[in-house]
Amino acid sequence: MKSFVFPEFQIIRDEEKCGQCRGCERQCAFGTHTYDPVQDRLISDDYKCVGCQRCVIFCPKNAIVVRPTPSFYRPNASWSREKLEDLKKQAETGGVILTGCGSDKPFRIYWDHIVLNASQVTNPSIDPLREPMELRTFLGAKPDMMDISAKDGDVEIKTKLSPNLMVQTPILFSAMSYGAISYNAFRSLATAACKSGTYFNTGEGGLPREMREEFGRCAIVQVASGRFGIDAEYLNCAQAVEIKVGQGAKPGIGGHLPGEKVSAAVAETRMIPMGTDAISPAPHHDIYSIEDLSMLIFALKEATNYEKPISVKIAAVHNFAAIASGIVRAGADIIAIDGLRGGTGAAPKAIRDNVGIPIELAISSLDRRLRREGIRNRCSIVAAGGIRCSSDVIKAIALGADAVYIGSAALIAMGCTLCQKCYTGKCNWGICTQDPRLSGRLNVDIASQRLSNLITAWSHEISEMLGGMGINALESLRGNRDHLRGVGLYEWELDVLGIKGAGE
Amino acid sequence: MPRIRRELYSKEICACSIFGAMNRDSERFTGAGVMKAIANMHVRGNGLGGGFAAYGIYPQYKDYYAFHLMFTGKSPQAKLSAKKELDAFLCQKFDVVYDEEIPHGDEATVSDPPLVWRYFVLPKKQGEDPSLSDEDYIVENIMLVNTRIENAHVFSSGKNMGCFKGVGYPEDIGEYFMLDKLYSAYAWTAHGRFPTNTQAWWGGAHPFSLLDTTIVHNGEISSYGTNRWYLEMYGYACTLQTDTEVIAYAADLLMRRQKLPIEIVAKILAPPIWDAIDQMNEKEKKLLTTLRMVYAPLLMNGPFALIIGQTGRMIGLTDRIRLRPITAATRGEMFYLSSEEASIRLISPQLDRVWTPNGGEPVIGELNSMRKVLQ
Ligand code: SF4
Ligand code: SF4
Repeated sequence: MKSFVFPEFQIIRDEEKCGQCRGCERQCAFGTHTYDPVQDRLISDDYKCVGCQRCVIFCPKNAIVVRPTPSFYRPNASWSREKLEDLKKQAETGGVILTGCGSDKPFRIYWDHIVLNASQVTNPSIDPLREPMELRTFLGAKPDMMDISAKDGDVEIKTKLSPNLMVQTPILFSAMSYGAISYNAFRSLATAACKSGTYFNTGEGGLPREMREEFGRCAIVQVASGRFGIDAEYLNCAQAVEIKVGQGAKPGIGGHLPGEKVSAAVAETRMIPMGTDAISPAPHHDIYSIEDLSMLIFALKEATNYEKPISVKIAAVHNFAAIASGIVRAGADIIAIDGLRGGTGAAPKAIRDNVGIPIELAISSLDRRLRREGIRNRCSIVAAGGIRCSSDVIKAIALGADAVYIGSAALIAMGCTLCQKCYTGKCNWGICTQDPRLSGRLNVDIASQRLSNLITAWSHEISEMLGGMGINALESLRGNRDHLRGVGLYEWELDVLGIKGAGE
Repeated sequence: MPRIRRELYSKEICACSIFGAMNRDSERFTGAGVMKAIANMHVRGNGLGGGFAAYGIYPQYKDYYAFHLMFTGKSPQAKLSAKKELDAFLCQKFDVVYDEEIPHGDEATVSDPPLVWRYFVLPKKQGEDPSLSDEDYIVENIMLVNTRIENAHVFSSGKNMGCFKGVGYPEDIGEYFMLDKLYSAYAWTAHGRFPTNTQAWWGGAHPFSLLDTTIVHNGEISSYGTNRWYLEMYGYACTLQTDTEVIAYAADLLMRRQKLPIEIVAKILAPPIWDAIDQMNEKEKKLLTTLRMVYAPLLMNGPFALIIGQTGRMIGLTDRIRLRPITAATRGEMFYLSSEEASIRLISPQLDRVWTPNGGEPVIGELNSMRKVLQ
């Protein structure tokens, strides 16, 4: 059937500059560029281009420009080009439109409507280059009070403490499974986490055996509905266990790793036959109620000898705060919430772009809910889904999060350009693929260096902003909405965020 | 479901002078010297608030909780009607053994004074949970008065002690309440205030107190929002819109309710930095790490120096990086704390020892014998 959709991108090659090295041909896994020996020139097929910009960056002669096509349908506010084309594609295939990454729709990005405070006169700002600036954070349950016995200056702690994760900076790598991402990308995340004093999350695809000893100390392992790759050693080599209930990019639905991505190594790690589809059901089939979840939390605590905090990850949806409060009472030590803009390797576009709520609102309402119920100290909140820079992190913390997970941001640090084609398994940047030719492009040393540079840079910026507010420990900013003001927001939005308008 | 209104509150910002004097032998002395000392730091205030806390001033009523109440309002009638409402509440919840207007000087010497009254009371618990202690009962009811009864405000509630405060320079407030003539105490603390916003009301002056714990404070708490939500979880309603209030509540929570010793409390409010903790021996490291982990929301960030008064004790503390230092001194049985050494020298030119404690290190003055106070 002839497709009625025209290409998304237009490739322009400067024939003067091009040296016919055929680099672009090799770079593109989608087969966009081919060499025509008769004409001795490179030919590009616009239809195949996904706009990942790999060839543009790697062309030694700087000869390629990839830009959105200037072709257009007659402008129509209701029938945007995207709506029109999605419809045509469905008419041609009868299928669900798949996509990758987080939602790109123009939902209000609250980060960009919140401004931070700084000290003037009455409270000196603190220079992080001269004074200590503390970003260390503990994730896990804290007791309501501490019982101690003091005898002749010798102090004994009598309260039984829950295990906590110590992070040197409040930025963790979000769950990205081996299988969805390449071994090199996975290993780069692990290496950078260990180097930067933070944690990476294995996602639901298991943790390759040979990585456990070296990287277990900075791993959070996930238990998801597919239960891939779980054994006692997997749970115990890590520092925390996360039960994944939901994901911001696709709340309410499960996951599907196509058989082509299940290579021998992925199969072994996931403990499934090679080449079979790895399907994570929408719900956990042993969790149909909050009591069931509590049983799983305690089963995992038993399995790890009560030495590791248990996190529960849920998508931020309409009444999630009440659910999260139930989850805390069910025994979770950490609540990870994933907002509307959270990323994914593959999700139906209709779900990605229409289900869930923005993370900024979610953080604030969860923090408030738990405070009102007097149980805020019984868990930590880790926020995910749409964190783009250090100021997003600091705002998340002032709204009540203990730390954040970054996913897309980490991938971008490794080279990802958010082309949204992760589900094809042909990522030209070697990230979301199991093709050894492609994944080999990602050098673990370089990628992990880029990741730890990112953490270092953001941590410096966070210190700088904290010092400006006259605060020298991040814990004094947690839930401290006093230091935030809203610009250009409606009254109800300020209410949910719990912040004043600028100038108020 | 009705929408939850956003938590609008405005924090007040001020810089100040603080002073404290204590006789560790429990000899009582009038407020004259303390008034002179705090007046010496006149320029650190701007006349928008001054106050005193005095310990050991009501020996004849030492077994009763002394409530100091402030009734505000535009007219004398408004003040009286607030008092009427309060009286009704008080009679229901407490046995009042004696009450009177707190004696004062000419009202023309201060600006817009409220009606200030004292009540000596005992809790009258009816049908309450029997495990509720007298003190918890009192705290609960003070929170009720301060949040529910308009224009009535309890600003002092301990046994055998009292706070006196108002809008004006501290020396003027001292004179208004005749602290140099009518009262003698074994310990006094004082405060002169320099708020940068102009809203001046008598309840906003220092000291802030709950039961017998009083706080005078110089500085700004930039962690206010964090401290506040944590304390709210434990039932403390922060109504005064000032960061000093959170310190008073934190002290009450940690010292009275959780029974932590002051040395530990100091490490919670102004903990050492992680680099220092990481160098300590295993035991200390574990203790301090746990304290910081559990009580992170009570870390008081930003510049501060404060004096905590309690029955039999006076404690000085500065922030962890000593952005607002405090001077401590002793002379014989006298123990002093002050924003400036000169004020101490003014009333006690000869001193045995003068020092500036490190950030986060509490200086504690205690009575040599608690018996005299309690008997
Ligand atoms: S990579 Fe650049 S120089 Fe090489 S063939 Fe392609 S366009 Fe020409
Ligand atoms: S990971 Fe690869 S395929 Fe996915 S969006 Fe990034 S560049 Fe595209």
